[in-house]
Amino acid sequence: MTTSNLPPYPPIDPTTFDLIIIGTGLPASLISAASSAAGKSVLHLDPNPFYGSHFSSLSLPDISSFLNSHSAPPFNTHDENLTLTTRPLFSDVEISNFAPEILDQHLRKFNLDLSGPRVLFCADKSIDLMLKSGASQYVEFKSIDASFVGDGDGKLWSVPDSRATIFKDKTLSLLEKNQLMRFLKLVQGHLSNNESEESENGMKISAEDLESLFVEFLTKLKLPPKIKLIILYAIAMVDYDQENTEVRKGLLKTKDGIDRLALYIASVGRFQNALGALIYPIYGQGELAQAFCRCAAVKGCLYVLRMPVISLLKDEDSGSYKGVRLASGQDIFSQKLVLDPSFTVPGPLASAPCEQIQDSFQVLSLIDNKVKVARGICITKSSLKPDISNCLVFFPPRSLFPEQVTSIRVLQLSSNLAVCPLGMFVLYFSALCDEVNQGKKLLHTALNALLKLLVSGNAENSSTVQSEDTEHVKPTLLWSALYIQELTKGQIESVSSTPMPDGNLNYNDLLDATEKLFQNMYPNEEFFPETSEPENSEENAGLTLET
Amino acid sequence: MHGRPRKPSKPEDEAASAAKAQKLRALQSQFLHNHQNNIYTKEAVELSAKLLEINPESYTAWNYRKLAVQHYLSLTHSDSNPESLSSIFQEELTVVENALRQNFKSYGAWYHRKWVLSKGHSSINHELQLLDKFQKADSRNFHAWNYRRFVAPLMNRSEEDELKYTEDMICNNFSNYSAWHNRSVLLSNLLKKKADGFLLKEKVLPEEYEFVHQALFTDPDDQSGWFYHLWLLDQTVKVDSPLLVSSWPSHGYDLMLLGDSCPSSPFTSFHSDSGTFPLVLYFNHAVEGVNSSTVSVDCELNPIKDLIWKPLSENNSRTSQVWVTQLNFIDVEPKAYPVEVSLGHSQGIISSSGLHYNRSRFAFRVCVQPVEKGPAKRLGGDVMLWSDEKFHIYDAHSQESSPVISLDQLSVQNNHESTASEWRTKAIAKEIDHFRELLSPINCKIGKLTLARLLMAHDTMIFPSNKTQFKEVLELYSDLMKLDPSHVQYYKDEHSLVLLQQVTSSKESLLTHCFHYRNLTSSHTGNPICLRLNNLSLSRVGSFDKLLWVQMLDLSHNELQSIEGLEAMQLLSCLNLSNNVLSSFTALEPLRSLKSLKVLNISHNEIGAHSVDTTRYLCSSPLSHSAGSEWNPAKIINADTDMKSYWEAYLILKDLNLTQLDIVGNAIGDEKFKSFLIKVLHALKWLDGERLH
Repeated sequence: MTTSNLPPYPPIDPTTFDLIIIGTGLPASLISAASSAAGKSVLHLDPNPFYGSHFSSLSLPDISSFLNSHSAPPFNTHDENLTLTTRPLFSDVEISNFAPEILDQHLRKFNLDLSGPRVLFCADKSIDLMLKSGASQYVEFKSIDASFVGDGDGKLWSVPDSRATIFKDKTLSLLEKNQLMRFLKLVQGHLSNNESEESENGMKISAEDLESLFVEFLTKLKLPPKIKLIILYAIAMVDYDQENTEVRKGLLKTKDGIDRLALYIASVGRFQNALGALIYPIYGQGELAQAFCRCAAVKGCLYVLRMPVISLLKDEDSGSYKGVRLASGQDIFSQKLVLDPSFTVPGPLASAPCEQIQDSFQVLSLIDNKVKVARGICITKSSLKPDISNCLVFFPPRSLFPEQVTSIRVLQLSSNLAVCPLGMFVLYFSALCDEVNQGKKLLHTALNALLKLLVSGNAENSSTVQSEDTEHVKPTLLWSALYIQELTKGQIESVSSTPMPDGNLNYNDLLDATEKLFQNMYPNEEFFPETSEPENSEENAGLTLET
Repeated sequence: MHGRPRKPSKPEDEAASAAKAQKLRALQSQFLHNHQNNIYTKEAVELSAKLLEINPESYTAWNYRKLAVQHYLSLTHSDSNPESLSSIFQEELTVVENALRQNFKSYGAWYHRKWVLSKGHSSINHELQLLDKFQKADSRNFHAWNYRRFVAPLMNRSEEDELKYTEDMICNNFSNYSAWHNRSVLLSNLLKKKADGFLLKEKVLPEEYEFVHQALFTDPDDQSGWFYHLWLLDQTVKVDSPLLVSSWPSHGYDLMLLGDSCPSSPFTSFHSDSGTFPLVLYFNHAVEGVNSSTVSVDCELNPIKDLIWKPLSENNSRTSQVWVTQLNFIDVEPKAYPVEVSLGHSQGIISSSGLHYNRSRFAFRVCVQPVEKGPAKRLGGDVMLWSDEKFHIYDAHSQESSPVISLDQLSVQNNHESTASEWRTKAIAKEIDHFRELLSPINCKIGKLTLARLLMAHDTMIFPSNKTQFKEVLELYSDLMKLDPSHVQYYKDEHSLVLLQQVTSSKESLLTHCFHYRNLTSSHTGNPICLRLNNLSLSRVGSFDKLLWVQMLDLSHNELQSIEGLEAMQLLSCLNLSNNVLSSFTALEPLRSLKSLKVLNISHNEIGAHSVDTTRYLCSSPLSHSAGSEWNPAKIINADTDMKSYWEAYLILKDLNLTQLDIVGNAIGDEKFKSFLIKVLHALKWLDGERLH
């Protein structure tokens, strides 16, 4: 992203704000919208010509250049003030185009997520926030049709996650259906009894069990391995192998497992139009950041895109932050600053009292420093399942190769979500990894299990190699981008910075971190106060769901 | 739409509804005025539309609109412009739609729509869309489903398509009773029509079982699937055509007709003073049309003519599961007479489902014994004592014949049936395996009940009966009594019936309940066999088809509230019902058909203990009672006070030739009642153990 040949900007007026935010990623946009709603004057800048930064949805050429530029070595401008250093948050970017002749005519018809795979749970916090903030009016959603658990042979087993899907499922035995449904009922019973504070009909999970490991609890209930796999990795969506005694990493406790199931269960059937628990925004995840920016703008936030910040301005006396110098040369002042994760402040800044910060730090640094996310974006010309357009696929640990310690998640989207041209499909892959090679191996094996790779150039003459179980041919890969993304947690100091997309499917942890950040900045303000106007809460709750 | 709590109304809502009522009242009175004066002006009709929009439940208004339509039709008849015709009806459809928007469960509105469409002047293309809308709002709404059943044939939508639709609806949410129900209706039709792909039950039903299992196993607590399963079970087990289950005398039976004593075998002999004996036919369904032209009885090639067949049903209907006639062998030469009974040689025996009986025949032999001289001192002459020491276990080895000829007989018929229905047995066996599996980890009431029913259904299909199966069923019902106390009486009844089926299932088990009755004072008379089913905690009696031969029956010390079905046991001469919980004479109604009954013990019951007799409501009142042609209500009305207060007892007992009656230990058994009994029962010699003079 070179900034030299940009058209000159008119100067920004006023020159003093309560808050300057650099970068329009989802957390930054939330802070901007929340601060504006709380009456703060906010200037929201982004060096990019689009909204969303690491959370945006981009066309084919744009995503390539974004990935490449953000994997470039650190780059700093020189200035007498504190220069902002970029840090490469992507690495080992591999972009391959196997069918340029097909894709060239459609390059701009793609809206590819940088933070994929990502979906929203109907009952999750992001939906609540969108409804509260009014951002929901700018986004439309569609249901994810189904989810599957994949195995090494590329066979997909549908995930029975609700009464209706358990009923319809063709792979579970009758007894397995019974066991799974009984388990879901136990969880539901436990949750409803928790609310009423009294345990009726024994549908309560004991405190002892709640403190035990979730996987042990499932074993105790005598659930067969297949169902355990489904519950752990496709419904609770656990990252790490829960049954590998050597790794013992990211082990989930029963109470946390129950919370995850509770979210899932509450999501199924929250909206009448939604088919299952999960929905996806039409035009891509980038729409969410943009929607919150619109909310902010409505409340008076000033937006300037394509405006890099060169350096931070320091107060001579106190040594603390006082403003920013824009690429246009203008100096703008504010009390507080929130930075995009791709920038770091190298020099020392006199910081505010530290105690509180330490506290919050703990919350935000849940993620192991070493951990990265391996992500992949693929374009195909056919669906993984002939009759399904939008779906999730989970590869539980050890399902693809013995050393696979994290689960790999795949999201397939179709043109009905306006993310790709008609007749094409976009697949997102992600898995947590400790280092690059491991991450790449995870991506490659999953890709191989699902897709047919072409020796460059002959996408059209795909031989009809049939997979063993079905007459369905594996989709042929047209284009792929594989990359490793760093996981930066947010930072709370006098200059705060927002977190990168995490390895989860939904935004819940990110939203928690963002809320913390906001509350640290404005301890007396509420993060999106409840609007007084009564939403028609039962009828789709003001959320637009296309069916 | 379901399971939503009703919220208390707010004051402003109440004010609004009061205002609405005010408005409605005004509209209503204006409308009634129009209606009464047959005013069908545009304004008047519009007023009714307005009324219906607010209150779709106003039936009068719907009827008024029908009259208005007819009025308009009579006016337009001359020019008969099809457009004006359809516009009249279109207007009605709009009114219905508005009314349904107000309340989509309004019977009147749906009915009006049917009425309009059945006139055939309006397009039906819009109807499915409308239904989709209502079924989306509430997928179980049975009004919409009902209407769907009406509209689908009108639209020439195939039943196969509709069946697929129910499948889709069930897949969306399988707790949809209406969808399951519609599925059963559609399948019945398709099977009946033998539509393409629905020719064979054995192809269709297993798939349906497979489908409903998904619901039952996913959520056994949801009842909708179980109802469908019950229907499927019925479809599997049901033998559509009427069959003769058993008879007395049965095929191959050697009947000793005794003018007097000395029976060669207590099981095959029958004593008749009059030289007549009953011929009993026991069918699998209630049938009608059993008469001398549909059933012929030939003796030594000469048909016995003009037999009068009587249906043995309590409700005096012309259909019955059991039919009886009296065969007469008076003044015939003592010798053996072969008798052949053939049924259905001319059509006329029809089950309630309209199916005809297929031809069949059976034969037995009647050996008429020479009448010996000397005073006939038999039952009734001496007092019959029901005490245990009078009974001696029947030792089958020491005897030549056995009572279970009739049982062996049954097996023959079952075999005949089984070849045709091997798939039924297989299907039921498969179901049994499935539900055993389901029940192994969980405790599910309806699952246990279904398993019990399946096991019993299976038992009727296989021979010989599986003894462990009975044990399992009895345990299931015992479990259910504990698990589900609110339905304990039902489980108890079922338990009793299964117990009796177990007892009658084999020769061995039946013989353990067969006893000799030995009366020391008259040891020279034969030792009649008594079937003792006492002390079994029975609350109901059944398996009569296998007990037609019984002449002495002990049902004492049970928990019987009713003896329904006992009328089939035409040979009964001694019956002990003491120490049960029979609460009225009406509960003894079946006794009226037992013409051979001589000894009856109904002591220690609760007859007369309940001032309000609930069983009475099942019977007709004394005034409307049509029991017996000779019955004259006026006789009771004009009779003395005793007759009036004891009309129930009179009705039951009047035609019986009881020689011995025990009534002690009932609330009704006071001296006054006793003297009434003596007056009514002319043949009575013993009352409560006392000899009458």
